[in-house]
Amino acid sequence: MSQFQQKTKIVRIEHFSSDIIRLTLDSPEIASIAKPGQFVMVRTGKTNDPLLRRPFSISQTSNGRYFQLLFKVVGRGTSLLAHCREGEHLSVLGPLGKGYRMDSTRMSCLVGGGLGIAPLLFLAKTILRQGTKKIPFVVLGARTRDELAPLIEDFKKMGLYVHAATDDGTLGHHGLVTDVLKTLNLTDNCMMSVCGPHPMMAAVYMFCKEKGYDCQVSMESGMACGIGACLGCIIPVEKGGYAHACSDGPVFDAKELLWQVK
Amino acid sequence: MASEVNGADLRVSIGSLNLRNPVMTASGTFGYAREFEPYLNLHRLGAVVVKGISLKPRPGNPPPRIVETSAGMLNAIGLENVGLDRFISEKMESLKEVNVPVIVNILGDTVDEYGEMAARLSDVKGVAAIEVNISCPNVKKGGVAFGTDPKMAFSVTQAVKKNSTVPVIVKLSPNVTDITSIASAAENGGADAVSLINTLIGMAIDHRSRRPCLANVIGGLSGPAIKPVALRQVFQVAQVVSIPVIGIGGIETAEDVVEFMLAGATAVQIGTANFINPRASEEAVEGLGRYVSEQKLGSVRELIGGLILP
Repeated sequence: MSQFQQKTKIVRIEHFSSDIIRLTLDSPEIASIAKPGQFVMVRTGKTNDPLLRRPFSISQTSNGRYFQLLFKVVGRGTSLLAHCREGEHLSVLGPLGKGYRMDSTRMSCLVGGGLGIAPLLFLAKTILRQGTKKIPFVVLGARTRDELAPLIEDFKKMGLYVHAATDDGTLGHHGLVTDVLKTLNLTDNCMMSVCGPHPMMAAVYMFCKEKGYDCQVSMESGMACGIGACLGCIIPVEKGGYAHACSDGPVFDAKELLWQVK
Repeated sequence: MASEVNGADLRVSIGSLNLRNPVMTASGTFGYAREFEPYLNLHRLGAVVVKGISLKPRPGNPPPRIVETSAGMLNAIGLENVGLDRFISEKMESLKEVNVPVIVNILGDTVDEYGEMAARLSDVKGVAAIEVNISCPNVKKGGVAFGTDPKMAFSVTQAVKKNSTVPVIVKLSPNVTDITSIASAAENGGADAVSLINTLIGMAIDHRSRRPCLANVIGGLSGPAIKPVALRQVFQVAQVVSIPVIGIGGIETAEDVVEFMLAGATAVQIGTANFINPRASEEAVEGLGRYVSEQKLGSVRELIGGLILP
């Protein structure tokens, strides 16, 4: 598997809101081989503090040359990234991990929550490019309209219908993505691909388990290296013990994981 | 030839183990080495020290296991590893294809376990040396319990040495009142070298949740933040032992390597820097070659203990 560590140029910075930002980076090496659900490790500063790279899932690639990262400013690392300028370079390691399984013969349903929507754009684009006749269902949720509206645009541009849900009802269904899932006309062999906050993914998995749908989830975890060396990014698994988000995942078959559902 | 970088002689020896250069990777930061092949040439390194191995597999500690701190990180992995059997049948088998000395870091619950592991590993082709971990802060039994008492350190070293046909390196904990007494105990027990420092015990607290950041509550601090402590302890130990000292702690660059060698280290291990820059160890070798050439040194060995004191 090819992986690269390189300086990549920031070619575009888009501020979707005060704290949601999208970077477009120039790297033919990474963009041409990345798969939906894979991630990169980004050095956010130029000094030893903050020390560690930050993991970001790849939200889209284009022309086999560019890839995009979508993030929310939550701490020091993302805050530094938010202050980068176009033309600057970032040290990026990737593409890393195992992405989403794709099966063009089956119906698929993509379910995203908050910034977890990012990798699903890449997945949707790839599914459509494979020329499948089965247009995927897309269900996206967030807290409020301001958070969700800008993230939906790219799906619409691809001609996909987006089922939206917001906690406050300011866009789409007033409630949870699982409420929306119950109203869709999903077939038995449906493949659910999910990325979002842990409680949301747990709820979607419980729904899938009841209906007998396959469900794959992208897990988030703190990690130092992203390449299987630090053993920091563990995810409890059903059979006991742990899997590593960076090398066994980040995308897992949900039934292999241990879910603690209240 | 591989031992020459920019025409510089970088060779060093740890007991009977001859290395093409003094740069190794630190245990627990380099996996089982092959994870790093996409990024660097393993055969350009002095040696690789693989993830610590115990007799039986260990699942490690629950999450969260790591947290970033100022210019450093805390970890409480808890020695997650595949166990000695699988290590020998799978990991060492795969490492045979790699042209680099492999040093195996071992951790036991009892003195006998250390001895047993040393005996079995000595028979495995490709094991260049054994590093005895008596300094892991993240497991309850063994580990650091042996590293904080000179008598225990002596016993463990002796047991490993008696059962080993390859050089034995004892890895020391910095979390002691007097590290030189432990280093001397290891030397008296027959160690061919000592390596130091392992991580410093530390803690991080999240003021919002009012909880510790690590599930294990405490963990081991590593990274650039600990380099001054490591340099000081390497300097102190090098004064009192006559076996080679391997310096570890916050090393990222060739300049760091030079500083540790001046303090008395014969070789070094690069740890946390591997996480941030997987090429760090090979870049340090290249930089060291440039340094030795530019300084017109006959060999890198001239640096060892070459600190000019006031």
